[in-house]
Amino acid sequence: MNGPHDLGGQMGFGAVAPELDEPVFHATWEARSLALTLAVGSLGHWNIDISRHARESLPPAVYYGSTYYEIWARALEQLLMDADLVGADELAAGRALHPPAITNHPTLRVENVAAMLASGSPYTRDVSQPARFAAGQHVRTINDHPTGHTRLPRYARNADGTIERVVGCFVHPDANALGAPNPTWLYTVVFRAADLWGRSADPNSTVSIDAFEPYLEPALEPVR
Amino acid sequence: MVAMTDPHDHDHDHHDHDHDHDHDDHDHDHDHDHDHDHDHDHDHHDHDHSELTDIAARVRALESVLIDKGYVDPAALDAIIDTYQHDVGPRNGARVVARAWADPAYLDRLRTDATSAIAELDYGGRQGEHMAIVENTDDTHHVVVCTLCSCYPWSVLGLPPVWYKSPAYRSRVVIDPRGVLAEFGTTLPDDVHVRVWDSTAELRYLVIPQRPAGTDGWGEERLAELVTRNSMIGTEVISPIVDASATAGAES
Repeated sequence: MNGPHDLGGQMGFGAVAPELDEPVFHATWEARSLALTLAVGSLGHWNIDISRHARESLPPAVYYGSTYYEIWARALEQLLMDADLVGADELAAGRALHPPAITNHPTLRVENVAAMLASGSPYTRDVSQPARFAAGQHVRTINDHPTGHTRLPRYARNADGTIERVVGCFVHPDANALGAPNPTWLYTVVFRAADLWGRSADPNSTVSIDAFEPYLEPALEPVR
Repeated sequence: MVAMTDPHDHDHDHHDHDHDHDHDDHDHDHDHDHDHDHDHDHDHHDHDHSELTDIAARVRALESVLIDKGYVDPAALDAIIDTYQHDVGPRNGARVVARAWADPAYLDRLRTDATSAIAELDYGGRQGEHMAIVENTDDTHHVVVCTLCSCYPWSVLGLPPVWYKSPAYRSRVVIDPRGVLAEFGTTLPDDVHVRVWDSTAELRYLVIPQRPAGTDGWGEERLAELVTRNSMIGTEVISPIVDASATAGAES
């Protein structure tokens, strides 16, 4: 979706403000927001792409007015309500008002935290089809504006680039956000800055994205 | 227990805030599997609720509901936080970089299969499942971003800093990389090619900064001390060591 999260190339946000000796968390609630997101995620009611889609679906004014852990907390509330794990009345009350739902996976226990974090969740999958593109091939990204989740940024749509690397087969985020992993080939695609940003582009820079095969078509003509 | 800086939360270190105390009036038979073994040592701190920011109160309410319903184990939350507060952070990445500088065979393994090579140092797992390295040279400078969210190689760098997740960085580094780098005090010659890597999939990038001059013969531990988090994102370069003897003298 063309949501507030799709920030590449937008203007007006001012200078970057790096913080010296930045703490890992700036407040207790930030740490709790992170931990809740991870712990509840392990109940297995959504995947990373459903979770990202919940964040990018926040109203733009909320998204831009929130720090990142606030975005996480607000999206977590929505995910919990969408999954019928928690009611809006309970969030408002700050306590349980209904019996708990049966969860897909058991509650994450302290003794299982280290293993959960250490194992992560790999996103590579086997597919039988060969890769459509090869390193060095010129491609054009599709011109598409899906209303659902996608990982093709707006600035890199309908743009000419070159395959630099065939990364492997991965879960396709657009489909995964709808609950079907539909694994597909993933490529690193490099764009000349001028092919993305036009005449004002930095003359000596490139931008690359990692693009899923459905985002790509053969180039109409060789990239200059 | 983690150290926090929010003045509103100074008395909130045990963050078990009243669970199990104010809702005995409804059915909690699912509570049997809570291990609230840390409940004994907390005091009530309702007095600070009025001081809480809206979002702090909101997250507290969310946590209360989730604990109430048995969906989360408070001790597990503490363990997650403790891991990223103390165990997983940019010192991990610094050790990877130092070894890459000191050991050409290791650098080769990083180039071939960064995930496995990083796992040799026991770093891996969440948000480091699929790793790649990019190497800065005299001719090319790499910088990493996630324009769509906040993708970041947790296993080697820990949790991302606020600026990395900020709209200012995410919006601008792809369209004006040199301008953004200048805001970090990094001014690159025009003939240095800048490569911006937008982490749009599940591949996570670690920048291998250039080894600074003046470090010949240094061991890995000493080299790792030089490697900053930002140099592994690509917003900084590591300055040459002009007086190696002075630096050596400062070390134990």
